[in-house]
Amino acid sequence: MLFTFYLDSSSSLHFDSPAPQLVGDLHYILLKSCINPVAKQKELLVGALEFLVECCKDQLAMKRFIYINDDSFQDSFCDNRISNRKYTILNFLPKNLLEQFSRFMNQYFLLIACLQLWPLITPVNPASTWGPLIFIFAVSATKEAWDDYNRYLSDKKANERKVWVVKEGTRIQIEAQDIHVGNIVWLRENDEIPCDLVLTGTSDPQGICFVETSALDGETDLKTRVIPSACIGLASEQLLKIKGVIECPNPDNDIRRFDSNMRLFPPFLDNDICPLTINNTLLQSCYLRNTEWACGVAVYTGNETKLGMSRGIAEPKLTAVDAMIDKLTGAIFLFQLVVVVVLGFAGNIWKDTEARKQWYVMYPSEGPWYELLIIPLRFELLCSIMIPISIKVSLDLVKSVYAKFIEWDEEMLDQDTNTPAHAANTAISEDLGQVEYILTDKTGTLTENRMVFRRCCISGISYGNENGDALKDAAFLHAISNNVPDVIRFLTVMTICNTVTPIKSTGGAMTYKALSQDEYALVNAASQLHMVLTSKSGNILKVNFRGADLQYEILDILEFTSDRKRMSVVVKDCQNEKIILLSKGADEAILPHASAEQYALLGLRTLCFGWRELDECEYVEWARMFKEANSTLTDREWKLAEVCQKLEHHLEILGVAAIEDRLQDGVPETIETLRKSGINFWMLTGDKQNTAIQIALSCNFISSEPRGQLLFLNGRTQDEVFRSLEMVLRTMKITSSEPKLVELLKSCDFRTLAIGDGGNDVRMIQQADIGVGISGREGLQAARAADYKFRFLKRLILVHGRYSYNRTAFLSQYSFYKSLLLCFIQILFSLFSGVSGSSLFNSVSLMAYNVFYTSIPVLTCFLDKDLSEKTVMQNPQILVYCQAGRLLNPSTFAGWFGRSAYHALVVFLVTMHAYSGEKSEMEEVSMVALSGCIWLQVLVVTLEMNSFTILQHVAIWGNFLAFYLINSLVSTIPRLGMYTIMFRLFRQPSYWITMILIFAVGMGPVLAIKYFRYTYKPNIINILQQNERSGGPIYAMVKGNLESQIKPVDSDLSSLSISQAKSRNPVHEPLLSDSPTATRRSVGPSAFDYFPATQSRFSSSSSYSRNLKNN
Amino acid sequence: MEMEGASSSGSGGAAQPTLLPSRRSKVFYRFTQQNLPACKPALTPTLVITIFLLAGITFVPVGIICLRASESVEEHVLRYDTECIPEDYRSNRVAYIKDDSISKKCTLNIKLRNQMKAPIYVYYELDNYYQNHRRYVKSRSDKQLLYGLQYKDISSCKPVESSNRLPVVPCGLIAWSLFNDTFTFDVKARKLNVNRKNISWKSDRDHKFGNDVYPFNFQNDTLIGGGKLNQSIPLSEQEDLIVWMRVAALPNFRKLYGVIEEDLDADELLTIHLSNNYNTYSFGGKKKLVLTTSNWLGGKNNFLGLSYIATGCCSILVAIIFALIHVKFPRPHRDASYLHWNRKSSATSR
Repeated sequence: MLFTFYLDSSSSLHFDSPAPQLVGDLHYILLKSCINPVAKQKELLVGALEFLVECCKDQLAMKRFIYINDDSFQDSFCDNRISNRKYTILNFLPKNLLEQFSRFMNQYFLLIACLQLWPLITPVNPASTWGPLIFIFAVSATKEAWDDYNRYLSDKKANERKVWVVKEGTRIQIEAQDIHVGNIVWLRENDEIPCDLVLTGTSDPQGICFVETSALDGETDLKTRVIPSACIGLASEQLLKIKGVIECPNPDNDIRRFDSNMRLFPPFLDNDICPLTINNTLLQSCYLRNTEWACGVAVYTGNETKLGMSRGIAEPKLTAVDAMIDKLTGAIFLFQLVVVVVLGFAGNIWKDTEARKQWYVMYPSEGPWYELLIIPLRFELLCSIMIPISIKVSLDLVKSVYAKFIEWDEEMLDQDTNTPAHAANTAISEDLGQVEYILTDKTGTLTENRMVFRRCCISGISYGNENGDALKDAAFLHAISNNVPDVIRFLTVMTICNTVTPIKSTGGAMTYKALSQDEYALVNAASQLHMVLTSKSGNILKVNFRGADLQYEILDILEFTSDRKRMSVVVKDCQNEKIILLSKGADEAILPHASAEQYALLGLRTLCFGWRELDECEYVEWARMFKEANSTLTDREWKLAEVCQKLEHHLEILGVAAIEDRLQDGVPETIETLRKSGINFWMLTGDKQNTAIQIALSCNFISSEPRGQLLFLNGRTQDEVFRSLEMVLRTMKITSSEPKLVELLKSCDFRTLAIGDGGNDVRMIQQADIGVGISGREGLQAARAADYKFRFLKRLILVHGRYSYNRTAFLSQYSFYKSLLLCFIQILFSLFSGVSGSSLFNSVSLMAYNVFYTSIPVLTCFLDKDLSEKTVMQNPQILVYCQAGRLLNPSTFAGWFGRSAYHALVVFLVTMHAYSGEKSEMEEVSMVALSGCIWLQVLVVTLEMNSFTILQHVAIWGNFLAFYLINSLVSTIPRLGMYTIMFRLFRQPSYWITMILIFAVGMGPVLAIKYFRYTYKPNIINILQQNERSGGPIYAMVKGNLESQIKPVDSDLSSLSISQAKSRNPVHEPLLSDSPTATRRSVGPSAFDYFPATQSRFSSSSSYSRNLKNN
Repeated sequence: MEMEGASSSGSGGAAQPTLLPSRRSKVFYRFTQQNLPACKPALTPTLVITIFLLAGITFVPVGIICLRASESVEEHVLRYDTECIPEDYRSNRVAYIKDDSISKKCTLNIKLRNQMKAPIYVYYELDNYYQNHRRYVKSRSDKQLLYGLQYKDISSCKPVESSNRLPVVPCGLIAWSLFNDTFTFDVKARKLNVNRKNISWKSDRDHKFGNDVYPFNFQNDTLIGGGKLNQSIPLSEQEDLIVWMRVAALPNFRKLYGVIEEDLDADELLTIHLSNNYNTYSFGGKKKLVLTTSNWLGGKNNFLGLSYIATGCCSILVAIIFALIHVKFPRPHRDASYLHWNRKSSATSR
């Protein structure tokens, strides 16, 4: 302590309430100095102090000290004002603009728009770019502003909510935003928790309370929270006056950790440090349930709460289609640059050779220094329409419609709860159609997560084998009534070794609140076997066994961690004062080779029960270490695991319990259908290998014939996980590798969809391209993190995903087509206008072309269906077209590019020849060419659209009429260049004849090629379309064919090695027009020679080993 | 979990719980279920072959009609820029055209092949003349043409916006380079009346060119390009200018000079007196005089007729080819075993 004071006076650090950690460090240094007696005392001291000061600085930076209920303590922490707003009124415009301009496309358009302000080079009125640009910006800014305003309103509501806070010993009501760190907040049942609190008292004598954390982690089941040991037994009057200090880390976003310590000041308790965990906290936005009142100390407030900190900007998920569109945009941009350079060059040459002779153009002999740049820049502006400004808006629009369709879909409405599907992320529907891998959690996703205790095996005797239900097994009941010691102990473990909270309802019936379904199943089963857990108050646990009350004192709970895969409790049997360790866990964890295989083969989840008597000394010694580990602030998790390991050994194995978790309805069918569509399923589970195999078999993950691929992987290390990419099924051993796995797949450019229900797969869901949350029995668990919450995977992928992909593919390519069409005409025209960069079209036409004439009809593609839903469901194989990206890739894009070049040629040549000589008047020719474009684009939409509803008819033909209507209207305005032009053209028979010629020449070849392909080189989609439309039966693909359909993906996979995976061309093989069996590019030799370690693991499941490759 | 329900999708969308009585909300409901009635045209061989056949059958006659119409137009084209240069200047045409002291008068003859019915349009045709050049096409001020000197912002007229610090009306390169060759016609030693009124668009005269705007400071001083304008006639009546200001989209164009409103008989000799003022020699342009009749399709232009016939023939050809293919390889529509990837896969699977 001497040194502590010394430090105080020598530095500005305050230690009037010395933090325990600091004291510990000091001890450590002193110890060190003692074992080194040679060194001079003073030097040591200085060194130690320097070290200490550094430590203190670090730790002070990392920690906050909170003085409970101390008004004199003026903290520097923020108040509890929540602000989710992105903008304020003042910074909205600059900030929003800055944000919008951080996108490349917008920068590009802004540059173009700015260039157009230079009259020397602009071919058209700057309004033709500024108009749409401002429109688009205004639309997205308005949307942002509206969202932000709504956030502001909800913040305001939350901030002005009244809460009870203790001030000077009494409870007063203040607004939630005025809570300060250190205040004691009083909550009543069903109150929303206003900030992060450390629980200090509840109405419950046992010191527990229940919270609903759904707003935080999406789990709707109630969580138990306990008051820290230091506060146990304080009356509510005392709680008003409680003083103390809490040492906790600086705010972070980890909602599962809160490693801190608390010390109450006298007169409340001694100087003992009480460790705090997340179980002692009430986090902001949770709700207090089933508890009359609770109070707690505010530790984090405002935006520094766990919730506030995790409210980061979600990284936008970019769909594969978006990425492809970006790439194509980039390619078009390059093409545009080439055009600009070539034409700019040609223009300058033409100018110097020809234009100088043309006296009427009056080129000055000496131009300004930038003269060489003028013509290229003009072409840049002329070609700027190549990148359609409307594409972004169009895509956003149809994407939100896709999401709406998902939400509206009544076939995805859960009949039981009347919950519709909810698309949390509206932007990634088309990725659903491109899913190649589905990673699924087992429990609660494939299964119902409604666990039932079915069988057990105690000391080698199996119960429940005959009728499949141990509870009805006479032998078992007989053994219990005979008090067979092992059986009784087995039941004791079942009853005690858990974190279940018994609640006695008014009727006297016991209900249990459990964090995990298997604990619930066990306790329930035990109570049916007359071992009833009756109450848990504080550390005392009461069990009623056939009328006799047994008491146990819980000394320590060694919580379940996924590393240890077990949980244990240390209890003192109050009957004989013996200290026992009760342990339960996955069987390998307790007994590496337990004979639970038979249960596993039945697909049951097995749990091993272990037991050990501890002698007093061993326990005391261990308890000290445990407490120490429990109160460390750094690496607590790891240290705890280490300590637990020290106790959990030499267990006496009591037996194995087998719990059934039924498959959800329709799971096998869904998986079978999706596997047919070429999607690979990876199931991630912590179950025993055999259990996993059985589950996999029963849900068609793998077929019973030895052709499925199976990998048993003890994925303790990342390397091992990495090595097993080519496996279809894996049993994962640690959940922590799940996100890594997803990352791995993503890094290889496969589209992954992760589906899960619970907290442990939230990260996986966030990582995947698409996350799907199931609302299973436990409620809407992973819904928060998930992009889609649904239960109809099949329909989601095959119907919604596929349609979305098809529609987006069409829409985006079409957008480029129509822009290129106009641009090519401009380029062709420039060849006949002295390469000077004149525009054939006037500003009004250019602007309206992109914004009105061509954008609206194609938007109705959100109703387009190439095949009926029924056909798609019956032939899931066709999904491969979406997965491989065959509708949107450089090759199909080249087709559209070529089409627009051809159409531009047709329009230009026909117009220029039909309107030559005396008719060659600029405005007229321009309008003829524009009408030609409109005719062609209308017909292209018509030809490419597969189904026409009334909306499409209205949009396509209505737009066609609107074009003429708008132009007629514009033609009545004398001021404009277009005055009377349209009426002039209407009167000319040659106009209509020209239009029909353009239409016939433009569409004839397109129709012929399409027909030829459709009829004589059809792909499956075409065949199905033909079958569907000719009214014939839709043939589902015969079984033998299905498997070969899966083959391409598999064989592709098998030859994929990690090292080369990243170089895999993300651009899928183009079209592969005729053969869906064609494989994608295979990279490298078989990866199996690489990884002997992986291969050896196969031996354990040789019967399932892969031979798919040779199939 | 209603997975089974999902598998029967697409069929039962309409038979859903109906809380939607009105017809409108029913339509909206079907829209939300993506279940609006839709027609799905199929590209059946019959349909496609019929389309091509019909297209061919209609296009060929239309093409023939267009061609006949075009053929019925009597057209005489006379290139005069080479003819009207005195022998001495043949090697130095630019010097000839720039030398004001030399008379530009020239007389040429046309012998009419067939009878030409009134109205006979007289066009001048320029070739390799880029009225669509960017510098040129932009160099005008529509407002000034309408409002005259009141309108001051004529920066768009550069480089011909002012001369001697005074604005030019009409300003800009287009007006400045006004075509100024003139033509008169004699037939049988009688002067043929060429109507030079109403050769421009009425809408231009009424709404684009001011009737109280007079040429000012035009073709003055050093800035001398093409034709001059009579200072006392308002722009709305300067029809040559109005015609010229309607810029052509292509470097080869014709502009109306006048209309002969009497019939001309076959074999008649038409004497043309022209003044060859306009300089096309410096950039190698061509000047032609065109006399033509007109009909419902316009002037002589075989393009539409020919391309219609060609398109029609191609359509018929395509129809025949498709029909032949269809007959030769009839593809039973409802045979799933045709799915070629089925066959392929059964061949490849081991």
